[in-house]
Amino acid sequence: MTEHVVIVGGGTGGSVLANDLADRLEPELDAGDVRITLINDDADHVYKPVWLYVPFGQREPDDGRRPLEDLVDDRVDIRIDRVTEIDTDAERLESMEGDDTIEYDHLVLATGSTLVPEEIPGLADGGHDYYSESGAVDLRDELLSLTEGRLVLSVVGTPHMCPAAPLEFVFMADDWLRERGLREDVEITYTYPIQRVHGNPHIAEWARPIMEERDIDVETFFNAESVDPEAETITSMEGTELDYDLLVTIPPHAGVDLIEEAGLGDDGWVDVDKHTLEAEAAENVYALGDTADTGVPNAGSVAHYQAGVVGQRLASEIRGRPATATYDGKTLCFIETGMDAASFVEFDYETPPAPAPPSEKLHWSKLAYNEAYWLTARGLL
Amino acid sequence: MTDMEPDETVDARGAACPGPLMDLIGAIRSADSGEVVRLLSDNEQSLSDVPEWAEEAGNELRAVEELDDHHEFYVEKA
Repeated sequence: MTEHVVIVGGGTGGSVLANDLADRLEPELDAGDVRITLINDDADHVYKPVWLYVPFGQREPDDGRRPLEDLVDDRVDIRIDRVTEIDTDAERLESMEGDDTIEYDHLVLATGSTLVPEEIPGLADGGHDYYSESGAVDLRDELLSLTEGRLVLSVVGTPHMCPAAPLEFVFMADDWLRERGLREDVEITYTYPIQRVHGNPHIAEWARPIMEERDIDVETFFNAESVDPEAETITSMEGTELDYDLLVTIPPHAGVDLIEEAGLGDDGWVDVDKHTLEAEAAENVYALGDTADTGVPNAGSVAHYQAGVVGQRLASEIRGRPATATYDGKTLCFIETGMDAASFVEFDYETPPAPAPPSEKLHWSKLAYNEAYWLTARGLL
Repeated sequence: MTDMEPDETVDARGAACPGPLMDLIGAIRSADSGEVVRLLSDNEQSLSDVPEWAEEAGNELRAVEELDDHHEFYVEKA
């Protein structure tokens, strides 16, 4: 009997896993003992970190898009479709396209994050973001026309994709405005929901002095409650109101509804064993990347490492052996500290991050990785 | 032991910092004035995070219960 592995989501986690399995299970695929289906609702794979550079005119959105067909092994069936229902008892999926139900023996959910700006009144109209293609392009236009006033970067919700990106944006904006001779005319204010500037205390301790040195104002314990686009103000639950000329936000995030509807977890995140990545509420279901509620950052490196673990575990299960591979929380992250300098952190469940001194070399390493990313998606790096 | 009946309970046991505080803030955001949210957290940082945030936001921390393996925080929305 052919065992069917179904992966839902063609982002970093889903694509790396599909290629990992195609390589790892080559004999079984060739013999027809296994088939792999990758379901994604877009024909393209999107590398979202490119969006950070779009507002500064350094990259174009198309730089972050490649057809899944070009990235994923030919032995994987790619289905451009949207899954609408997960039945983990019957081990089958319903989807928008076609009349067939999709039966699986092993299911991996890699559905990622979505943006829900509508949770905050006024945010969709008053705020800009670089967490979507259209948002990054619109923000580029706004940033280019900003010559004076106050730029507010507000982290509205956590968890969110790439926890370092809000820090990167204000560091890059500060440097970019200095290079253009505008920094003295533009105030920069950074807001964060808790009492420090980043969720991880080690990164927060590292970033705060840099913000002070560079005259970036900080408002902590700032949980945005509403935005008034006409008055150009943002107000927090804690009672603070800030005026802005340009508001850049990290919008609230959520997963996809069908995960909660399937009873796999709240807010679209799957409750998993944080080491095995197995769903707690169903058999033969894994989750990885943003979708897996492990407490580690929503970052591409996390999805990459988790895909390797799930790939090893699935191959073991398919071959009737005990699955022994586990995820240790490994996370790697470059952090841009300006237009030509960056830091780097590496950490896991047991080891806290220790940010490296910013350098030009690390900045170029980050840009080099961005170019080499397509090798990661192919499962080669 | 408090005999307070919460209007909503948020179970953030097992979540890393700042997860429990963010879960509480999310619940308070959608609560009505006067409602009480109970937060369950086994993260030690919550013992300082929750009181500091409650004071900053003007909400009232009505009680903190110490149980065997976690704490329960009762926060009333202003």
